[in-house]
Amino acid sequence: MGPRPGANVPRVLGDLDGEAMVAMVTAGWQDREVDDAELRELVGHRTTNLALHARCLAVYEEDREYAHAEREHESALAELRQLYLVQLDHALSAAYEVARRSDARPRMRERAVTDALRVVQLLDQQHMQRIGDAQQAFYDAWRPQERAAVARHREEVQHILEGSSALVVAGGHVGELVKAMHLFHVAPHVPPRVVAWSAGAMALTERVVLFHDFVPHGVAQTEVYGAGIGVVPAVVVLPHARRRLRVGDPIRMSVMARRFAPAHCLVLDDVTRVALTEDRGLPADARVLHPEGHIAELEAA
Amino acid sequence: MTSAAAKRKLAINRLKDRKPLDPATVDRFLARNEVPIVEGARCTFLYRGDADEVLLVQRVVGLPEQIPMRKLRGTDLWYLVLELPEGSRVNYQLEVRRGEQLERFNDPLNPKLSYSPMGTSSVCFGHGYQTPEWTEPDPTARQGTLEEIVMPSRALRRDCPVTLYRPARFRRTSTYPLLVVHDGPDFLQYAAAKTVLDNLIHRSEVAETVVAFLHPEDRLTEYTNSTAHSRFLTQELVPRLETQLPLVGRPSGRCLLGSSLGAVASLSAAVRSPETYGSLVLMSGSFVFTDIGNDHGGGPVFDPVVKFVNRYRARPTRVADRIFMSCGVYEPLITPNRSMVPTFESTGMTMRFVETRDGHNWENWRDTLRDALSWVYPGAQKFVYE
Repeated sequence: MGPRPGANVPRVLGDLDGEAMVAMVTAGWQDREVDDAELRELVGHRTTNLALHARCLAVYEEDREYAHAEREHESALAELRQLYLVQLDHALSAAYEVARRSDARPRMRERAVTDALRVVQLLDQQHMQRIGDAQQAFYDAWRPQERAAVARHREEVQHILEGSSALVVAGGHVGELVKAMHLFHVAPHVPPRVVAWSAGAMALTERVVLFHDFVPHGVAQTEVYGAGIGVVPAVVVLPHARRRLRVGDPIRMSVMARRFAPAHCLVLDDVTRVALTEDRGLPADARVLHPEGHIAELEAA
Repeated sequence: MTSAAAKRKLAINRLKDRKPLDPATVDRFLARNEVPIVEGARCTFLYRGDADEVLLVQRVVGLPEQIPMRKLRGTDLWYLVLELPEGSRVNYQLEVRRGEQLERFNDPLNPKLSYSPMGTSSVCFGHGYQTPEWTEPDPTARQGTLEEIVMPSRALRRDCPVTLYRPARFRRTSTYPLLVVHDGPDFLQYAAAKTVLDNLIHRSEVAETVVAFLHPEDRLTEYTNSTAHSRFLTQELVPRLETQLPLVGRPSGRCLLGSSLGAVASLSAAVRSPETYGSLVLMSGSFVFTDIGNDHGGGPVFDPVVKFVNRYRARPTRVADRIFMSCGVYEPLITPNRSMVPTFESTGMTMRFVETRDGHNWENWRDTLRDALSWVYPGAQKFVYE
């Protein structure tokens, strides 16, 4: 779902059994994680907040050695990200410039755009790979699943999820959300029904993409952040798309749509609701970025 | 400005047409209008009182420093119409001569003041300028803390007071980038630095950052390419803070910021230690230089600055990864600052240069903080999707 999910939440959970338990993740709200009264009311069932953010803090408090190692790891990831962004900045600028050239023959320009996009895609793939390798190396070295503090919380989270009929994942800071969901191993225990919006919806995907075309100093390049928990395949989720993207610029939007193809860039604006199909695909009426640079229903894209 | 507004007679000209133009009419005119009267690009400055001469005094490059006002015939009202481009902010005072007596003061008809260590001056907000709302206290923003600490310095041979800003929700289990701010007390007092940091961090536009506000003892010595000051920064202050606080501890997490001579101090420290700092923020840098001869016009205080800048310009080197530079187009330093951009770029450093329609003053530097800090240490804005 898109931002301001309000009435959509009870609508999609309304048919659950009256006694059903709904697990909630509000870790994206960070220190406001516990301010979930309004959300509980919207859910309208028995609820348990998985309190993943609080669990992270508790792990750091209890296992200082792990906390220190994770901090170092985060810092290495931040360095990787900076190096990727420097390269991406040039590669994306080249793609936009080539796509805007009006003096070239369309066929030649199109080939050049395809080439430029390949460079961008290569950077994205390499970055995903490097992030994945770094994560794996960290997990192999520190084996969080075997550390008492983490293992205990994982067990509790698993227990709650196994007793829940649905999982609600709210928005907020997508990086914190994804990190907490990975650390406490949420993905394998996800209940049959998942309701998520904004950053929550992004966290469910295989590839989280960060974007903001209106930062104070201009435009921030759209970047691949890393892997989400991967329960929703082949979709790049774009909450607040109309507020955060220059949707009126068909060249930028076309570059974005083509860059992430064959995944679809799903536009999730306020109060949007998209129900995935049985095979976790997008429905035909889902609004996505069209390769031509406009927003259209999936069927037309 | 709409064409209708452009064609419309100025308020002062409409007043001229009034008959009778008596003191009561002038009273009503002043009561009805905010002074200076801003009508599109045209700003009417006013003074009321007996005088032999009234001058508008300001330091906008391209305008005479003193501009005489005219007396409206048959009244004691003086006026001057100036064209100010959109978004301008101009500090000024009035000078009134009565016989041999000369007096300079802030505009009594204008309550807007600009504050600086040298005192106050009146300020005119040109068409389109608004004080950025993020410079005003926001009751919903989480408050960082300020702590006064003392750093004993062998380099400077004194105990150096430092005001340390910790962001709200500061935790020892996190890591923070470090920003070192020259002229710290002035940035806090006149550029609302704490309010700006609280607001921009709260809005996720700027990363949670630890800030060390420096208190210079003699800035004309310490900030004019002083080896001792550079040693204090690089060999004493930064390493000690990195030992005591959970800081990133690498160039990407170290930034020096300064305005005017503070920018010179930042650059000179980075030149002496090019591997230490990842970013510099140089606002209205006093980068005075000469292309030939020694006549730089800045007086003896600027001799070491000119020597330093001339030397750097002759052999520019990469001293950081990124430099944010800004300068007001109304300040005399705009030309040297513009000249430094290609010099820095030639070394492969990533540059961002911002020009403002403002002068050499604290409000200018305050208004530029958002651009600078969100570029140097971007916040989690890109990560947050509520």
